[in-house]
Amino acid sequence: MSLRTPLSEAKGLGSAKEGAGHWWLQRLTAIALIPLVIWLAFAVAMLGDASYETVLAWLQTPYVAVLLILLVAATFYHTQLGLQVIVEDYVHGWLKIATLILINFLCIVFAVAGIVALLKIFL
Amino acid sequence: MANLERPLSPHLGIYKWPLAMAISILHRITGVALTIGAVLMVAIFIAVASDPEFYEWIRGYLANKIGKTFLILWTFALFLHLFNGIRHLFWDAGYGFEKSTTTKSGVWVIIVTFILTIAVWGAAYYCTNV
Repeated sequence: MSLRTPLSEAKGLGSAKEGAGHWWLQRLTAIALIPLVIWLAFAVAMLGDASYETVLAWLQTPYVAVLLILLVAATFYHTQLGLQVIVEDYVHGWLKIATLILINFLCIVFAVAGIVALLKIFL
Repeated sequence: MANLERPLSPHLGIYKWPLAMAISILHRITGVALTIGAVLMVAIFIAVASDPEFYEWIRGYLANKIGKTFLILWTFALFLHLFNGIRHLFWDAGYGFEKSTTTKSGVWVIIVTFILTIAVWGAAYYCTNV
């Protein structure tokens, strides 16, 4: 028998009882991104003048394509989780819901676009 | 719920900023700023995949002084967020909560960020001009 008032239950007040998954995935994507990002920073720096041909050849190397696809996926997942927390902190009401939906969709769109572009270059 | 406007004591404007507090809000700000870079990266992949002219257009903007400044600042934000993120992971594991440790690790985060930003751009300069 619940001690909560019906109104508080209907309003959704109190503990959300879920969020551990979000917390863990944020850490997991963060850990994956540490080596990926350090690799990316130096690999791109060492591309030198980054002419179209240089970049194209680099993106067609198999291990680069694989690592970049992983990087794009992990980045946009990490970004979505992080931005969600920021929005939940500062925005409230219907605007919060709308912003969260927008952020979710944009992250998915950019992740898919990035992966499709990488696959098109590689395959 | 009553939404009366009650007066607040001054806070951010008068208290000294501890290093940990400054780095904490920078972690959030750099996180948002890095999103822009992530989108730019996807734009570059799309450009390379479809339209060499579009790629050269982007590269033209990134190669001039303003673009390079933006990239250097973005690299700094990237590494600050990365190394402070590692600091967060240590906290998640339960280590390093003493105030002296926190301040020291914060200083290290900033130092290592500078070192790595310089290292990456040194490598870029070397590989472009050699």
